[in-house]
Amino acid sequence: MTSPTQAATEPSDPVPAGDPSATVAGTPVAELVGRSPGQLAWVRFKRDRVGIACALTVIGFILVALAAPLISKLYGKDPYQLYGQDRGLLNSYGIPLKPNGGIDSDFWFGIEPNLGRDVFTLLIYGIRTSLFIALAVTLVSVAVGVLIGLVQGYMHGKVDYFVGRFSDLMLSFPQQLFFIAFTPVIIALFVSPRDEEPTYLRVVALILVQFLLGWMSVGRLVRAQILSLREREFIEAARLSGASNWRIIRKELLPNIWSTILVQFTLLLPVNVTAEAGLSYLGVGVLPPTPDWGLLFQSGANYFESDITFMFFPGIAMVIFVVAFNLLGDSVRDAIDPKTVR
Amino acid sequence: MLRFLARRLLGAAVILLLISAITYFLFFFLPSDPALLSCGKNCDPQNVALIRKNLGLDLPIWTQYWNFMSGIFTGRHLPAGNCPAPCFGYSFADQQPVWPTIADRYPTTLTLAVGGAATFLTVGVGLGLISAWQQGKFFDRFASAISLLGNSVQIYFIGPIAILVLSTNLHLLNRGHDVDWANAPLSSVTGMILPSLVMSVIFWSNYSRQTRSLMVEQMSEEHIRAARAKGLSERYVFMRYALRGAMASIVTIFGVDLSAVLGGAIITEVTFGLHGLGSLSVQAVLRSDLPLEMAVMLIGATIIVCSNIVIDTLYAFIDPRMRLA
Repeated sequence: MTSPTQAATEPSDPVPAGDPSATVAGTPVAELVGRSPGQLAWVRFKRDRVGIACALTVIGFILVALAAPLISKLYGKDPYQLYGQDRGLLNSYGIPLKPNGGIDSDFWFGIEPNLGRDVFTLLIYGIRTSLFIALAVTLVSVAVGVLIGLVQGYMHGKVDYFVGRFSDLMLSFPQQLFFIAFTPVIIALFVSPRDEEPTYLRVVALILVQFLLGWMSVGRLVRAQILSLREREFIEAARLSGASNWRIIRKELLPNIWSTILVQFTLLLPVNVTAEAGLSYLGVGVLPPTPDWGLLFQSGANYFESDITFMFFPGIAMVIFVVAFNLLGDSVRDAIDPKTVR
Repeated sequence: MLRFLARRLLGAAVILLLISAITYFLFFFLPSDPALLSCGKNCDPQNVALIRKNLGLDLPIWTQYWNFMSGIFTGRHLPAGNCPAPCFGYSFADQQPVWPTIADRYPTTLTLAVGGAATFLTVGVGLGLISAWQQGKFFDRFASAISLLGNSVQIYFIGPIAILVLSTNLHLLNRGHDVDWANAPLSSVTGMILPSLVMSVIFWSNYSRQTRSLMVEQMSEEHIRAARAKGLSERYVFMRYALRGAMASIVTIFGVDLSAVLGGAIITEVTFGLHGLGSLSVQAVLRSDLPLEMAVMLIGATIIVCSNIVIDTLYAFIDPRMRLA
């Protein structure tokens, strides 16, 4: 970890290619302009073409998710209408009459077997649901993980020991079984099993269960970093100058672990998207008719042998999404900490 | 070595006790009416009353927990029926103790998990080793592309594609069925090849990446230089010296991944229509069968904790320093 002052004057740091001050003909670099680590990382990131492409793809997905209602309005369909059944586009087995899953100028990605909903709107709304849940899970688990890691690393001693053992315990829960089993229990805390549960409650329960087993890895990483940071001179200096613990954590320690937090965030988000989709796929996540990325695979699984098209678009979309996010995570890590070799 | 094992076993017992206590508390104490959650979709008040009595919900929570735990070892006589020795509770949806159902289901999950793990360890570590050997050459890039792709696909997406291509169209592999080791060991193996292969794909990338970087790191160590100076062949140094150093870390990573392996097995089961613990637990949730859910959870945790002990022991064999720790 480089402290801000070191990074700004790091002599070995290559001058960015596009920097005009460096390429002024004949004149050597006039003055050394101090740059923050954030600026340096941004300069490095901008030179990484793969990183930029992936960032654009990821932004594209986020925009699609945000603008799903607008897009479906322009497109003229919604994810709840049973077009196939209403317009007689399905045969008696529930398979679209037209080839390739019923793709035509009206239904760009075809229609869903059996129910006959429009796949394009299902997919964009599904991305919206899955992305929202995963984003919430990631935000909460990273925030709590950082907080716990900070406290653990900074407080040392007994607090560190007991919180550490607690996180070990949470790590030894069988994750997937925990998610499957606890979602209904958490829902039952708020609403009696006899009553109809509102959709938002299920979403909250899903976020909660995934968060409960999601914060430990971040916590451990942050703890390890804090343990080494707290012995550094600048922390000692801050302490000697009479800074409170809270101030040291906020002003001295947190700025030094931002890069870890950012990298962890980009690594965790796709994992959580696929975990959420997996739960919905199993039938214990978001319930139909709410559109969800994972639910598309669930209904596709029943018909894949007669028509794989239906599963094709959600599947390819998810592969692109995860590839883009993984490569973006690598690029972000390279940009922030160029010393790591892949 | 014996002390090492004893300590690990004790630790495992404590972890399992805590997990069971937390799960029991969350299942049977926190919800306002656990009986209602245990009684299936269509249940009448009479049933609920019976279940409440059967679960002993009127007793203090600690007594309930004690009864449950001791029942595992001694069996119980419940109002709903007799529940012999490994008594993990009584399922009201099935009208029978849960243990026979679990005993029937767990071999499939275990076989899938072991088969999948063996596959991804072979493929992942193998890819990593070749990449490290061929560092910077064509195969290195090829392997990293493969592992990136493997990291980005989902079991529920490639599973159906694999069935369609490898089984339905090319007739290469069986499309997957439950195991029956006692009566049909050979078909148990062939039925698990495709599911294990599909399950393993998502793990390839982690292991090939880690193995590659561990091997590269190992090859620059002092003892490797010494071995080379002795005149040992490069291949011997690579496979005997560097790999042994890297092995310990790979085993550690595998230990951390165990719960993910079980999770992968669960999704694979559902994708291939197998009847294992994963599909059982999903079914239990959909039918509101809390006692069955509790049992599956506990068995799953036990499998993971026990495998961890095996891995720790393995670790001690690989790295002699660990035997003293």
